[in-house]
Amino acid sequence: MTKDKNGASRRQFLTSAAALGAGAVAAGAARAAAPDPLITEVQPWASGFGDPVDAHPYGTPIRFEDDVIRRNVEWLTADTISSINFTPIHALDGTITPQGCAFERHHSGAIELAKPDFRLMINGLVDRPLVFTYEDLERFPRENHVYFLECAANTGMEWAGAQLNGAQFTHGMIHNMEYTGVPLRTLLQEAGLDAAGDLADKWIYVEGADASSNGRSIPMDKALDDVLVAFKANGEALRKEHGYPVRLVVPGWEGNMWVKWLRRIEVMDRPVESREETSKYTDVMADGSARKWTWVMDAKSVVTSPSPQSPITHGPGPLVITGMAWSGHGRITRVDVSTDGGKTWQPARLAKDGENKALTRFYLDTDWDGSEMLLQSRAIDETGYVQPTKAQLREVRGLNSVYHNNCIQTWHVTPDGKAENVEVS
Amino acid sequence: EGGGTRFGLGREALPEEVAAWDVDVTPDGTGLPEGSGDVMTGEEVFVEKCAVCHGDFAEGVGNWPKLAGGDGTLDNADPVKTVGSYWPYLSTVWDYVHRSMPFGNAQSLTADEVYAITAYILYSNFLVEDDFVLSRENFTEIEMPNRDGFFVDDRPQTEYAQWRTEPCMENCKDSVEITMRATVLDVTPDDPSGDAPLTETEAAVATPVVE
Repeated sequence: MTKDKNGASRRQFLTSAAALGAGAVAAGAARAAAPDPLITEVQPWASGFGDPVDAHPYGTPIRFEDDVIRRNVEWLTADTISSINFTPIHALDGTITPQGCAFERHHSGAIELAKPDFRLMINGLVDRPLVFTYEDLERFPRENHVYFLECAANTGMEWAGAQLNGAQFTHGMIHNMEYTGVPLRTLLQEAGLDAAGDLADKWIYVEGADASSNGRSIPMDKALDDVLVAFKANGEALRKEHGYPVRLVVPGWEGNMWVKWLRRIEVMDRPVESREETSKYTDVMADGSARKWTWVMDAKSVVTSPSPQSPITHGPGPLVITGMAWSGHGRITRVDVSTDGGKTWQPARLAKDGENKALTRFYLDTDWDGSEMLLQSRAIDETGYVQPTKAQLREVRGLNSVYHNNCIQTWHVTPDGKAENVEVS
Repeated sequence: EGGGTRFGLGREALPEEVAAWDVDVTPDGTGLPEGSGDVMTGEEVFVEKCAVCHGDFAEGVGNWPKLAGGDGTLDNADPVKTVGSYWPYLSTVWDYVHRSMPFGNAQSLTADEVYAITAYILYSNFLVEDDFVLSRENFTEIEMPNRDGFFVDDRPQTEYAQWRTEPCMENCKDSVEITMRATVLDVTPDDPSGDAPLTETEAAVATPVVE
């Protein structure tokens, strides 16, 4: 039986079209109107060849998944060099973000820095300032940890109202990867901290090799706690756009501090008060004063499906409501879901126990009766912190803090299965 | 963990290497190099190297950042956050311009040029007269208007304490109304196929960095 390159014969196409028309409202275990030609006729893939093993030395997703890509919003920034794009969280599941569609945020573009050209300097209040090559870093004892990285501005466009229609755009400045790297503590000890004296009031200043530098000040206790100098993510080298060959990993803290293309760490007796911790990444309150050093990302969650980019297409009946939750304070212990805009709540099922400062996947397996829903999720972390509503946040902060919007998100799901980003009373 | 293992990896950084990379300037002026620049020189350099994005008077062009103006707007519905209205320290201006500007041609300015540009930004914000000369010696005499406008993260006191409570599960609200809809604004990008992806030409708009 010969087939054209694209498979289906014309006769087969006509019969499947007929079957589709007849079975459009099929639900449950209803009897099919006619046999399914995808079953009753031999398909080309069941007869001919697929790709050989030498076709794709490094594979990419199948073409049918072309919509699972990073997107950008042109009007957000003056140009695309110092800008942001968004992870397609509406289409992902589990917790690990594929690196190829994990969001990017650069201040002077994604630079190309080869391993032989990489140098990492440690200087300042150390016993001996040091320069490391990439090879040096791989000779220190390594650790592996999964952590979320959330941009401080994630959900920032939603402060004043419901603005962008999709979880990718409202909550997609986030990714979650398994990092391999050397504890920063190990490298600081290599340079020696005796010269720094009492470490309690000391800081480090970290900067990247790119033009923007992205310098940030980090208190020494965090630096010695769980900060990693990472060179692998999800098993392979960091992607260029994520800081190849080496980036800083600052668990639980705002993404801006996860300095990419890391080139220098200076031990200091004071913070630098750099541009990225004065002009930016400071949070204006209603009275015009501003918080600084708002490092931790608080507990947060979002329903990823159903959502505006992931409508219900199957009609009433069994429905999986899913989403993700995370907290910079530690583990997620519980996620509650509401389908009525917060009047009533029920605990969702965590796919597995919450991990420290990492994404947690939750599910609510429901039976949808086809009526409208106002879907919300509410995360609770191990400190007992309960994810607040936007009204609660606004009451403390006003509307202009730009960063750290961890409010409860509402999706309005209509009987036709479509969903919209809304705010509710 | 104070006295950890030493592995003997890496090598001592040479003074020239540290000097090349350690250029940060702290609010007390530590890290500033020798040099000076006046407002008029700053205006010339600014018009030549900065104004295409930031405007002749540092007022900003299009979506590019405004460096001047916005005084007294921080508690407004739409605050305008500039060097003059928002930034707490002049050191940050010097450091950031020296290290990361002009956009697309960073680290191309001499110390004197950065002093002059910084003086001109001060002048554009009505913080100095037009004959002002900025130097390492008088740098810390400049006090920025919003230097006291910042306070350290107080979420533990103002938020965590009140939000670490057992949440409501039933009868939490009498009624629920939709008060805002994203589709009314209609500013979300359409289907990917309708968006122009980042093209080679767009990526080439930024001047390559001069080493």
